[in-house]
Amino acid sequence: MTKKIASWMDKIFLYFLNGSKEFVREVGSMAIFGLESVKLLFARPFRYGEIIKHCEFIGNQSVGIITLASIFTGLAISFQIYLGFKLVNAVDLVGPTVALGISRELGPVLTGLIVAARAGGAMAARLGTMRVNEQMDALDVMGVNTKQYLISPRLIAAVLCMPLLTALFDFMAMVGSWFLCTKLVGLDHAVFLSKIRDTVEIHHIAEGLIKSALFGFMFSVICTYKGFFTSGGAKGVGEATNRGVVISMVTIIIMDYFLMNFIRIYYIMTGVTR
Amino acid sequence: MNPTATDLTLKPPEYAVVLDDVKKTFDGKDFVLKGINLKIPKGSLTSIIGFSGTGKSVMLKHMLGLYKPTSGKVSVLGTDLSTLNQNDLTKFRCNYGVLFQSAALFDDMTVLENVCFPLEEHRRDLKREQVLQIASEKLKMVGLDPKHNNKLPSQISGGMQKRTGLARALALDPEILVYDEPTTGLDPILTEMVDNLILETHKARPGTTSIMVSHDLAAAFRIADFVVMLDAGKVLLSGAPEVFYKTDIELVRRFVDKGIKH
Repeated sequence: MTKKIASWMDKIFLYFLNGSKEFVREVGSMAIFGLESVKLLFARPFRYGEIIKHCEFIGNQSVGIITLASIFTGLAISFQIYLGFKLVNAVDLVGPTVALGISRELGPVLTGLIVAARAGGAMAARLGTMRVNEQMDALDVMGVNTKQYLISPRLIAAVLCMPLLTALFDFMAMVGSWFLCTKLVGLDHAVFLSKIRDTVEIHHIAEGLIKSALFGFMFSVICTYKGFFTSGGAKGVGEATNRGVVISMVTIIIMDYFLMNFIRIYYIMTGVTR
Repeated sequence: MNPTATDLTLKPPEYAVVLDDVKKTFDGKDFVLKGINLKIPKGSLTSIIGFSGTGKSVMLKHMLGLYKPTSGKVSVLGTDLSTLNQNDLTKFRCNYGVLFQSAALFDDMTVLENVCFPLEEHRRDLKREQVLQIASEKLKMVGLDPKHNNKLPSQISGGMQKRTGLARALALDPEILVYDEPTTGLDPILTEMVDNLILETHKARPGTTSIMVSHDLAAAFRIADFVVMLDAGKVLLSGAPEVFYKTDIELVRRFVDKGIKH
């Protein structure tokens, strides 16, 4: 019996050990992949055309879905906060509370999740298809640096577009919030705006925008990595896409927590209030 | 094994590709290539044949510099590939034109854009009009009607895709043309068309070395002037097609006589 338990414990230990080793290996190779791709951003030829093309795909084509999602997020969150604040007669603070929550947390996180699912998934699928259809081999033997041509423009496009999309999310969510507060539940328009103006500072918005750029970098590295190293035909492409999106989403949520703490520490160290 | 298995029956003054005792293992235990010695004559149309899993594609990828040998040396056009760093290797690959089994056309580019692509990448001195002109000429050379130039690869037939792939491979006027199983999965009519296209392209470009990996024995012996047969990661026999008809090696005789296809 004791031997059996010891054997099970060995198996469990080995399972976690191998899992940990695989995790460290994967994270390490992903980091090297990301760094190499960043380095290639500065290598000639500069691929402005590719960057613009990917900005159009990641940024421009996400505008509709971000607008829609943000308006309804603003409406829903404002209503919930309104119901809570009404109990303590603090409905005037609904606007600033929503504004702070959206600009610092919900804006970058939800934008990151939406864009990771839409554009990140498409990146992984596209690169995976190129890999299994020999298009990447074709690039290699044509003397084209595949990482520089396929990966670097996607990374820079994601980093550039994410803050813009987050700014759009923040603005449209506040439009939704304003509509609910002033038109549906009858709060005063001037009070709503002045409270936000008094509370929200530029660094609150900047905090969210910086976070979103980092999220953009993370999901683009993860999804392009998964797509770039796809194997196993159509099934492999599906798996790469799925894993790319899931890992990106989880990473964004975990990363948000740590970034939030780093920013708090930075604020404390530099004396920035709140 | 025949002691002259890797000897050349042709003795041209130069070789396009030289593999010197090339060994390759991916896991450190099992060797896919077990000491390949091969010299591919410059200007020849070489066909590499062999059963599935004998290392044909792995050997081809060594020639293209996509794989590094575990031991041994790969020289292409007199350059030892192991001496090149990644950047130099990338530039060196401009000497190759490759037609893949699936044609590997970029599906978000039109036929003409696919052929323009290598020119835009490597001939930045050319103006847009010149690039378009060269690309159109290459497409014409492989017999593709100009009316298809603005179509996407998904809008043209498999044969047209092969022609486009070949035009793209020819775009930079490479010294070595590589065909990776160009007729696998095609019907007999299309297979003959692609074979003829390879032969015509080779004849139209004297001095160019063409290397074709193929399962199609009939085509290999019909169009190639130098044939290499691999077995279990080694060169079993190489030479002119006649050498294969006269050999005493049992496996080669079976392979040639029965025309086994895998």
